[in-house]
Amino acid sequence: MEFVIQQLINGISLGSIYALIALGYTMVYGIINLINFAHGEIYMMGAFVGYALTTFLGLGFIPSLIISMITCSILGMVVEKVAYKPLRGSSRISLLITAIAVSLFLQYIMVYFVGPETRTFPQVVESTKIMLFDGSVVLDIRNVYILAITVILMILLQYIVRKTKTGKAMRAVAQDKDAAELMGISVDKVISVTFAIGSALAGAAGVLVGIYYNTINPLMGSGPGLKAFVAAVLGGIGLIPGALLGGFSLGLIETIVSAYGGSIYKDAVAFAILIVVLLVKPAGLLGKDVKEKV
Amino acid sequence: MKALSKKNIIKITALVLMLVIVNLLIHNGTIDSYIELNLVLIGINIILAVSLNLIVGFTGLFSLGHAAFMSIGAYTSAVLTRNFASPFLVAILVSGIVASLAGILIGIPTLRLKGDYLAIATLGFGEIVRVLALNYDYIGGAIGFNDIPQHTNWTYLFMMVVLTVVLIDNFIKSSHGRACISIRENEIASEAMGINTTFYKVLAFAIGAFFAGIAGSLYANYFYFIKPDSFGFMKSIDILVMVVFGGLGSIPGAIIGALSLTVISTLLQSIPDLRMVIYAVILFLIMIYRPQGLMGDTEFRLLKKKEVKHNVSSKGE
Amino acid sequence: MSVVKVSNLTKNFGGIKAVTDVSLEIGKGEIIGLIGPNGAGKTTFFNLLTGIYLPTSGEIEFNLNEKVSSKDFKPYKMTQYGVARTFQNIRLFNKMTVLDNCLIGFHNGLNYGVASSLFRLPSYFKGESETHEKALKLLERFDLLDKKDTLAQNLPYGDQRRLEIVRALAADPKLLLLDEPAAGMNPKETADLMDLIKWIREQFDLTIILIEHDMSLVMNICERICVFDYGHLIASGVPEEIQHNARVIKAYLGEEAN
Repeated sequence: MEFVIQQLINGISLGSIYALIALGYTMVYGIINLINFAHGEIYMMGAFVGYALTTFLGLGFIPSLIISMITCSILGMVVEKVAYKPLRGSSRISLLITAIAVSLFLQYIMVYFVGPETRTFPQVVESTKIMLFDGSVVLDIRNVYILAITVILMILLQYIVRKTKTGKAMRAVAQDKDAAELMGISVDKVISVTFAIGSALAGAAGVLVGIYYNTINPLMGSGPGLKAFVAAVLGGIGLIPGALLGGFSLGLIETIVSAYGGSIYKDAVAFAILIVVLLVKPAGLLGKDVKEKV
Repeated sequence: MKALSKKNIIKITALVLMLVIVNLLIHNGTIDSYIELNLVLIGINIILAVSLNLIVGFTGLFSLGHAAFMSIGAYTSAVLTRNFASPFLVAILVSGIVASLAGILIGIPTLRLKGDYLAIATLGFGEIVRVLALNYDYIGGAIGFNDIPQHTNWTYLFMMVVLTVVLIDNFIKSSHGRACISIRENEIASEAMGINTTFYKVLAFAIGAFFAGIAGSLYANYFYFIKPDSFGFMKSIDILVMVVFGGLGSIPGAIIGALSLTVISTLLQSIPDLRMVIYAVILFLIMIYRPQGLMGDTEFRLLKKKEVKHNVSSKGE
Repeated sequence: MSVVKVSNLTKNFGGIKAVTDVSLEIGKGEIIGLIGPNGAGKTTFFNLLTGIYLPTSGEIEFNLNEKVSSKDFKPYKMTQYGVARTFQNIRLFNKMTVLDNCLIGFHNGLNYGVASSLFRLPSYFKGESETHEKALKLLERFDLLDKKDTLAQNLPYGDQRRLEIVRALAADPKLLLLDEPAAGMNPKETADLMDLIKWIREQFDLTIILIEHDMSLVMNICERICVFDYGHLIASGVPEEIQHNARVIKAYLGEEAN
């Protein structure tokens, strides 16, 4: 029982991070149907910005988190303007390859400037261990931080998407770009905002990972990036609740698989589950199957 | 439409000459081992690009898992030639068949998926193959598979490249190939015209995987050593880039794409620090300036003779 | 002798009843018109006839090339059963030539295997030259021969509609289903189309069912008209009967005041 609770705690922390990254994938896909493979690199940049702020400027956790999110949202908008906007309207494959190009570019430009080696993220949040069940379950205060910040960001995101004018514009563009444009919505601006919000969330995930796992490197984005993307598809790509469901499920599944000795197979399990889910529900767990009208 | 027309005889002679001349040049040292290595890479990449083009370019199935089939072929061939000392031709053939069976196995359930979802499922399949290979000790696991006999030479390579191009070109220009293209163009209409779309999608997948398996076999038996990470997601992307760069749905395009990207990546090796950064920029520039690929969807026959229109419209004054 | 027998056919999508309890028999060589307001279930009915949807209940039986029931329907098997169709929104193979589009129609009559195509065995050459010959002849009969190398997407609208019919005829059907063949056509083009439909029935020995909103076309060439409303078959009969049927007038014009 204690073992299960311990795994649950670890799984939720990992799941929070997947969910934060998955949201960016899902929002961008919902709006321009692009699998933004460079999203994992935004998350990596977030971690590095957080690292620089805490190590060199000695900033605390919360200010670093916020500045990192802002930096990433700017980076996200720049990537969109420079790389994706000129290709709007070309084939999906071209867009996808462009996204991969951006991803490689960010990875290796970082390798070039900061070197490929792994760095230790400073302990800006004291690792306070709370013992539960007579010490058989360890709840680190950092687990609480991760979950709390994830929940706060989710609520904020829900508020933006549901209650604000920008959110309404985003939903309109996701449904029908041309109609939204005719109604006076600036599609370019909405796409920019979407990239900004998604990237900010990825930046937050980067800082949280730095704090939780303590190590960062320029290639850290590709693995979790792919995983978060799997999470987004699992839940139903284009759907915000889907990204959450997918992220947390994937986090828990991976932790459980690892806990029962299958850690070497955990990546394969994630993809196997994805394939099975797609076969049973082609649009993901929460997605609606839309058949082409004849 | 005859098998042994004058043109075909000329073509066959040219190919035989190329086979013999390059072999002679390798023997007398004009082509050194470095150039030979690159010729082998180009040949293998041509096989991969042309076979992926059948799946993505002609049948319209968005696959991100082509390297997995190459991997299956490479390991099959490695096991056969090292552990069972099987003749190379047998190993090549069996590698193709095993890869093709894997293609059928993964194709039957996943090819019901459309577009991006199919891409994701094939990406997942590729990752699963890689992780399984990493953890399977018989084939070396993460350490890799060593001491594979070096059988691949110019003769085998050239013959396999020609075979791939000719067979896939033949297929495309037959009724079965047209059925595949019609699926890309409009799946619902295709089905209404009596085409069993599931069968043809799986067929395209199986044929594509067969040749990817052969490419894997050639690769394993040239480089002595293979490891699961050589056939990961990025390798699949590399192949896809060659196809897109050359032009989706064009066989000459796939050949030129494979050739140029292999050369580019070889040249970039001289600047190891910035290699990947420049590669990324090149990809990006290609996508911006040539999103339809170098050759569009040009076919061999269009390259050879453009039909001259007699009714040239007179220019209005 | 009836070639199509529809009994108590019903199709529901979740709670929506798209086609309800439709029964109908169609004799060999008839031209049947399906009319009704938008959303009345006409296209769903076509999709049931061509195996794209399976009936919720009821049955369709064809007696064309062989006796088959809707239990064995699959979209790709319909041409074998002798049924071919066109689509409301033209579905040509846009980036294939006119000739290739037509050749796809002949796919069912294909007489060489995959191995023959890969290795160009003699059966490949024989099969290809035979189908090419047939396709060229067919294109010639429809005045499309000089455009055989044009990509389908570059054809003028009227030719695209015609090519879709040609492609369907290439499958050698006994029953042809035309979904709004005159959509987007001007009166002159519609008049030509009427002649074309009558002509192909004679030439190709066909039974034809067509969905159409253009009443001049329907009244002119259909021997029998079936009227759909809210998924029900509310009337069926010769054009004169339909023109004076109270329920039909109500469905089209709404309830009359007083």
